[in-house]
Amino acid sequence: MISIALPKGRLGETAYRLLESAGYGCPELLSDTRKLVFEDEGGRVRYYWVKPADVAIYTERGAADLGIAGLDILLEHSPDIYRLLDLGIGVCRMAVAARRDFTDDSARALRVATKFPNIARKYYIGRGREIDIIKLNGSIELAPLLGLSDVIVDIVETGVTLKQNDLEVREEIAGISAMLVANKASFRFKNSEIGELTRRLAGVVAPKEGGGTVND
Amino acid sequence: MQQSRYFSRAEEVSAACREIYSRYGYRRYRMNRFEEYDLYAANRNFLVGDSIITFTGQGGRLMALKPDVTLSIVKRADCRPGGQEKVFYIENVYRADKSGEDFREIMQLGLECLGDIGLYQTAEVIALAAGSLAAISDDYILDLSHRGFIAGLLEESGLEAEAADDLLAYVGGRNPAGIAELCRRAGVNAGLCRRLIGLTSIYGPYPEAIGRLEAISSNDRTESALEEIRRIYSLLEAFGRGGRINLDFSHTGDMKYYNGVTFSGYVKGIPSALLSGGRYDGLLHSFGKSGGAVGFAIYLDLLDAIPELPGEYDIDLLLVAGEGVDDRSLAAAVKAQIALGRSVTAARGEIDPALRCREIMRLGILENTGKKEVSI
Repeated sequence: MISIALPKGRLGETAYRLLESAGYGCPELLSDTRKLVFEDEGGRVRYYWVKPADVAIYTERGAADLGIAGLDILLEHSPDIYRLLDLGIGVCRMAVAARRDFTDDSARALRVATKFPNIARKYYIGRGREIDIIKLNGSIELAPLLGLSDVIVDIVETGVTLKQNDLEVREEIAGISAMLVANKASFRFKNSEIGELTRRLAGVVAPKEGGGTVND
Repeated sequence: MQQSRYFSRAEEVSAACREIYSRYGYRRYRMNRFEEYDLYAANRNFLVGDSIITFTGQGGRLMALKPDVTLSIVKRADCRPGGQEKVFYIENVYRADKSGEDFREIMQLGLECLGDIGLYQTAEVIALAAGSLAAISDDYILDLSHRGFIAGLLEESGLEAEAADDLLAYVGGRNPAGIAELCRRAGVNAGLCRRLIGLTSIYGPYPEAIGRLEAISSNDRTESALEEIRRIYSLLEAFGRGGRINLDFSHTGDMKYYNGVTFSGYVKGIPSALLSGGRYDGLLHSFGKSGGAVGFAIYLDLLDAIPELPGEYDIDLLLVAGEGVDDRSLAAAVKAQIALGRSVTAARGEIDPALRCREIMRLGILENTGKKEVSI
C-alpha cells in the first residue's frame, strides 16, 4: 500500500488523472468533494487531499509515502525528500517582475515583495545584490503598485495578471513544474512498489527534452 | 522490543546497545566539559547543520554547548602505532531544528574506533551498527556506500573543483537529468556519463545491486572501492548481519572527511535516517593524527516518532486516606502495598479524575475499635 498526498485543486486533479492512466485509479476520488482520504479497491494506493503548500511536509515526515509538489514549494522549503519524476504539469516560471517604468538604483537595497523569501534570498545572494525582503501571502502584484516594494518574485504562468497590473517580467529565476516526491524511508521500505509506480507514471508523462527523472 | 512501563524506548535501546558495545571491547567515553567554540568553527564542514549555542566562559573565552561528540573524541585520541581507541558515548548534543528557530537537546548514542585500524575493524563497526538497528526493530535497513567509488568516477571526468562539486551533488541527489546536462556542457565522454547516471539508479539489496555496481566500475580506484565493499559484506555475513544490507550512493557529507565506506540506517516507521556513519580518516588526518577512524551515531530522539502503546493504567493502586488517619499510618499502608509488588500513590480528600488506577483502596478508622482498617 502506497499513500500519496495530492495538492487540493486543479494541479492535484491533473496529477490524479496521470496516476489513473498509469493504473492507480481510485473510484469516487473526483466525484466526492467532501472526503479527504480515498483508497482504491485493490488496496494498492491511498490518496490524501492536502493543502498544496503542505504536501512536502506530509511527505517529509512520512505521513504520506509519496507526494505531488510544485518545484516552487520544494525550492522554498528544501524538504528532505527524493524528487523521483518531473510530471511536466503545472508548468510555469519563477520570475522577477516590476512596474514597466521601474529602473533599479543599485545604490539602495532593492525592496522585494514575495511569497517565496528563501528563493528570493538565494537568487539575489547569487547576484550579489543587497535586498530587503517583504514577505506577503497573496496578491503580490499589488506591492509595487502601491510603492511597498520595487520588484516582486512570484510565479508567472501566462503573464496576463502581470500585464493587467502594468507589470512585466524582468528576469527569470527558474522553470517550475510539479514533481513526484518520496519520503526517504518509504523509498527504502517500499522500494519495489514505488519503483513500479514511478516507471508506470513516467510512461504516461509527456516526454520532456532531456527526459528521465529530474531532481534539481 | 518489549515496551517497558518505566523506561522510554530511547533509554531501553541505549541500554541494550551499550551492553553489546561493551562486549565487543568498547568502553564508555564521557564528556564532562565544554569545548571552545573554535573547535566546531574550524571543522564546520564536518558538522550537521551550522547553528551552535555559545556562551562566555572563564576568562572571556567563547564556549559552546556541543553540537557533536566525534570532534572531541578525535581531538583527544592517542593514535599510537598498533593501538586502537574503541569508545562509545551517550551524550546530549545541541542543534537547531530544521526551521532554524529552536534549539533542541538531542540524545545521541555513538561509537568510534580510531587508530591503527583496517578492514576488519571497519566491518565490525558496521556489524555493530546493524546490531544497534536490530535492537530497535527487526524491520531495519542498513544502506552501504563508498566515497572512493564515487571519487573514482569523478576523477575520470577531469572536471575542475566547482563542476566536480556540482556533479557530486547530482549523484547524491539521484539526479540523472542534472548529470546528463552537466556532462553535455562540460564535454564529458558519453560512456562515463552513462556510468555516473547508472550509479544514481543503483538501489537495493546487496546481492542484486552488487552486479550493477561491478558493471560500472572502470578504473583502479573504483575497483579497489568495489573490492572493499565485497570484503566488508563478506565479513558482515560472518557476523550474521548480511541480511538487511542495501547498496545506495545518494549520501551527502563532506568528501574531505569521509573518504571510504559510509552507511546509514533506517527503521520501519521512522521517516528519516536513524543512524549515520562511515570511515572518516580525513578528519583524523586534519587533526595531525595518523591511522584510520570509523564510527556511527544514532539519533535517539527520532524513536519518539514510533508512538508508544499507552498502558491501560498509570498506577496499580490509589490509596485514599480518610479523616482521622494520620500520616504515619498512611506511610505504613503504602509501604505494605509496595512490598506486595504494586505501584502505589497516596491521596487525601480529592481524587484526581485523570488518574487511571487499577484499584482504589480507602484507609479509614473503624468507629468502635479506633483501629485503622483498610476497606475498598
